[in-house]
Amino acid sequence: MSGPQRVKFYQTGTFTVGNRLLDISVRSIQSDADRHNSLNSGHRACQGCGEALGARYALDAAMHAARGQLVVANATGCLEVFSTPYPESSWRVAWLHSLFANASSVATGMAAAMKVKGRTDVRVVAQGGDGGTVDIGFGCLSGMFERNDDVLYICYDNEAYMNTGVQRSSATPPAARTATTPAVGPEPGNVFGQGKNVPLIAMAHGIPYVATASVADLRDLEYKVARAMEFRGARYMHVHVPCPLGWGTPTSDTIKVARMAVECGLFPIVEAEYGEIIGRRELRQRIPVDDYLRTQSRFAHLFSSRHLGGRDEARIAQMQAIADRNIARFGLMSARTAEKVNA
Amino acid sequence: MLKQCEGSVAIAEAVALCRPEVICAYPITPQTHIVEGLGSLVKSGALTNCEYINVESEFAAMSVAIGASACGARSYTATASQGILFMAEAVYNASGLGLPIVMTVGNRAIGAPINIWNDHTDSMALRDAGWIQIFAETNQEAVDLHIQAFKLAEALSMPVMVCVDGFILTHAYERVDVPSQADVDAYLPPYEPRQVIDPDEPVTIGAMVGPEAYMEVRYLAHAKQMQALELIPELAAEFKAKFQRDSGGLIRTYRTEDAETIVVALGSVNGTIKDVVDAMRADGVRIGAVSLISFRPFPSQALHDALAHAKRVITIEKSLSVGIGGNVSHNLRMAIQNPQVRMYTVIAGLGGRAVTRVSLDRVFREAMDDRLEPLHFLDLNHEIVDRQLERERLVRRSGPVAESVLRDVGGVTAGIK
Ligand SMILES: Cc1ncc(C[n+]2csc(CCOP(=O)(O)OP(=O)(O)O)c2C)c(N)n1
Ligand code: SF4
Ligand SMILES: [Mg+2]
Repeated sequence: MSGPQRVKFYQTGTFTVGNRLLDISVRSIQSDADRHNSLNSGHRACQGCGEALGARYALDAAMHAARGQLVVANATGCLEVFSTPYPESSWRVAWLHSLFANASSVATGMAAAMKVKGRTDVRVVAQGGDGGTVDIGFGCLSGMFERNDDVLYICYDNEAYMNTGVQRSSATPPAARTATTPAVGPEPGNVFGQGKNVPLIAMAHGIPYVATASVADLRDLEYKVARAMEFRGARYMHVHVPCPLGWGTPTSDTIKVARMAVECGLFPIVEAEYGEIIGRRELRQRIPVDDYLRTQSRFAHLFSSRHLGGRDEARIAQMQAIADRNIARFGLMSARTAEKVNA
Repeated sequence: MLKQCEGSVAIAEAVALCRPEVICAYPITPQTHIVEGLGSLVKSGALTNCEYINVESEFAAMSVAIGASACGARSYTATASQGILFMAEAVYNASGLGLPIVMTVGNRAIGAPINIWNDHTDSMALRDAGWIQIFAETNQEAVDLHIQAFKLAEALSMPVMVCVDGFILTHAYERVDVPSQADVDAYLPPYEPRQVIDPDEPVTIGAMVGPEAYMEVRYLAHAKQMQALELIPELAAEFKAKFQRDSGGLIRTYRTEDAETIVVALGSVNGTIKDVVDAMRADGVRIGAVSLISFRPFPSQALHDALAHAKRVITIEKSLSVGIGGNVSHNLRMAIQNPQVRMYTVIAGLGGRAVTRVSLDRVFREAMDDRLEPLHFLDLNHEIVDRQLERERLVRRSGPVAESVLRDVGGVTAGIK
């Protein structure tokens, strides 16, 4: 290996400490005393809310890239509700909330207005939860992709309709308990459907940039937003954001749970340009899905099935198969990580 | 410039003269020729400084208009029928946010049964959405109302729906005077937004509002429509001074001075009504008509004054409020506030059924003889309705209604033996 060794943030335990090892010019945007604080403190998200954390990092990175010339369209959902109980607002960015399903279209309109006014320096971000993106806003989103409108759309995926009280969305994982997929009956929790991989669907539109990210790796999230902002046209980011309330996890474990989702292979971290995958985050220390699922009470019935009198082996195996398929499909394990697992 | 052209083409030209900056288009009959016309004007370079966006649904069309308008761009879209219902949530949202979007509605019936022809069911479905709704009587008025609509919308920061009868106006070739760009520019100043999404002065728009303030915000929308009652006649007067034409305003009276019977209606059917009034006047009948141009805000005082001396008022309505009858007439009852005035609601022309002079003449005379029921369905085929009701009484599985009715009238549909 030549040159100085790259700092590996996980080695330092926390990202903040790791940051100090870096040259000022490459430190994280969030560590900058002059960061924008686009989503300011004082909002009403639950303690440990992954969405609040993800949105804060993503928007500050976008603001940084746009030199403050940013406008935001927000879908209805937790992020909108906890940030703007009238007359308070946590947004220190020009921000418009219209409806649940139309953030991408509203953003298209904003971009069109900026273009016609010759303000091409102003950049447009649209954001929403998984429900607003993957379900009800899907038509508008696809239209925005297909036209290649100059918008970065960020989906904060907490895997259910949280704002309305944790109902199932099409991003809810199989077997998960939600208010509309209760943990009762012979097959408790959410069904095993075909899934709906919106990052792949976004890639199928051939748009300039698609990436997944997680609050488990905030540096990577910042990097990807910055990268996305280098492109013009439609861009899509899908950010995994645990919800302690909906998932049944301790509020202090948000990052840990997010990291486990990545490390078990259920939430692959990938990057694509013009429809082709150009990067993936390899698993550092692969874990069985078991370990991840156990952290969350929404999966508790898998480990104490009344029906089976114990572990629901079959469905845990089905979950593991999903993770295995992700790992194979996206090449999440190099020979080296594979070796570690086998050792 | 005087020209002989299709209504939609004239409307497209009028909209273009207003220098819209963002146009969102999603096709639906009978609105298509309007957005096609605008598309050609943008593509050919005749209309510059305008983003024309082909969206994937009406819901997106209104949403794009919302985003563009909130960023200070003059925004326009057009729709009809199923389209306005598909965008309904965003229609309310645009007015709630106070965004001065102008939208043409090429009025058309709503399915089921699917029907492409003219009536007012679509606009009426959104009558409480907080939009100003103005109805054109002729294509000339459609042109003129669009120019006034942008000025009205922007003055009040409130969206305006210009309602134009599908086919009857949108597809009719008529003589239309399309104003010059210089005159329109002199009448309509550039858009100066009240609120704007601007990174240099960041504001939050669309916050969550609870019981402590929601009523006030909604009331303010009402207060603005009350202001529109003043502004609409002023803009029409200003328009007349500039273009030498009577177009717009709240209502237009026709031979009502000494009329004992007054007919009230929205839109193009007023042309037919006026012909009937003329013929009946020739017979010495004291009858007149009022064309209701502004349906929202509802010009209660103007109507009260115009109808004060009438013995009876007949409302011709191209929409049916199922379960009660008329939409316009119920609003009218509030305006007249005089139980001595006999009021008749005539539901006419649903799904494009022709409203003929003969039929109007008949119901007007029946009303004058006190023989008309308060709620009348013009040219309804009672025999066919009774046959269907009888069928439903006799057989549980009486089958799909529309198809049975069509069979009875001798129409052709798939699967009918
Ligand atoms: C058209 C419409 N349907 C339903 C709702 C109710 N609703 C508001 S927020 C929400 C859930 C949002 O879920 P998601 O997009 O995943 O965001 P989260 O709250 O989980 O962050 C729902 C169902 C609505 N506001 N509008
Ligand atoms: S319910 Fe979940 S997503 Fe919503 S504020 Fe609480 S933690 Fe965040
Ligand atoms: Mg969600």
